[in-house]
Amino acid sequence: MAKLTFKTDLCKGCGLCVGACPKNLLVIAKDKINKKGYHPAEMTDAEKCIACAFCATMCPDCIITIEK
Amino acid sequence: MTVFDKPKSLTDAPLHYCPGCTHGIIHRLVAEAIDELGIEGRTIGIAPVGCSVMAYNYFTVDMVQAAHGRAPAVATGVKRADPSKIVFTYQGDGDLASIGTCETVHAAARGENITIIFVNNAIYGMTGGQMAPTSLPGQITQTSPYGRDVATQGYPVKVCEMLSQLDGAGYLERVAVNNVKNIKNAKKAILKAFKNQVEGKGFSLIEVVSTCPTNWGLTPEKALEWLNDNMLPYYPLGVYKDKFAEEAAK
Repeated sequence: MAKLTFKTDLCKGCGLCVGACPKNLLVIAKDKINKKGYHPAEMTDAEKCIACAFCATMCPDCIITIEK
Repeated sequence: MTVFDKPKSLTDAPLHYCPGCTHGIIHRLVAEAIDELGIEGRTIGIAPVGCSVMAYNYFTVDMVQAAHGRAPAVATGVKRADPSKIVFTYQGDGDLASIGTCETVHAAARGENITIIFVNNAIYGMTGGQMAPTSLPGQITQTSPYGRDVATQGYPVKVCEMLSQLDGAGYLERVAVNNVKNIKNAKKAILKAFKNQVEGKGFSLIEVVSTCPTNWGLTPEKALEWLNDNMLPYYPLGVYKDKFAEEAAK
């Protein structure tokens, strides 16, 4: 199983990772606010993640680390 | 096993760019190229004026911040003073294609052994969205509220096409960062541009077609679509010149 780690406090909620995920597993968490005041991206179902790293490739702020 | 992690040549400083700005992706690609070639200790970057003026905060290499548009001239000086260093400039379109056209053209004409990363987002980002030399015909900006009129404001500057006419220019490629496939291609191009310099071949320039969600007035995702639908037809991707491959083939 892949393990995604978000540096949530650096997320700007731009949503580029959400659009890049081929499995549609990422969402912008509208009910959360990070230190910067943005709604951060988060993983909905880590079990289904295939560790393709598309989200991390698109992330402009380099906040996603993926381990397998 | 780590599949993806931040490259070592990027610092931990949070990027100051707007949400969804693709500068961050291009920074990462440059840092990955530096990591892969193992040249972190002997690389010197030249930051421009523009949104990426504070690029010196983000790379773990020595950086110089040049006057507006003069990064290729400063890079020339640094490289000639110590040819063992790997020198790259990181410039936007308002810097490289406008006030810095002269320095860019002549650095290419001299065939300086430097690497230029040219970020083209068709607008002046930092100053608030004015028309740039690379703005598309009909594009609405702060200073062209009715759309860029080519009758009075002329046509966009196509840097790769322009420089490909110069014998001194070695490797010119235009890439984009609007989807994963294009980002992978961009990474290859940037790596090759650095590699050319490490091997002492000569002038390399990579034009990266990029977005500016804030000043285009679009969400980050819509900006990627706008790039794909409007910029790519006007700025076709591809290798515009590879003198080194041609020479090797002879």
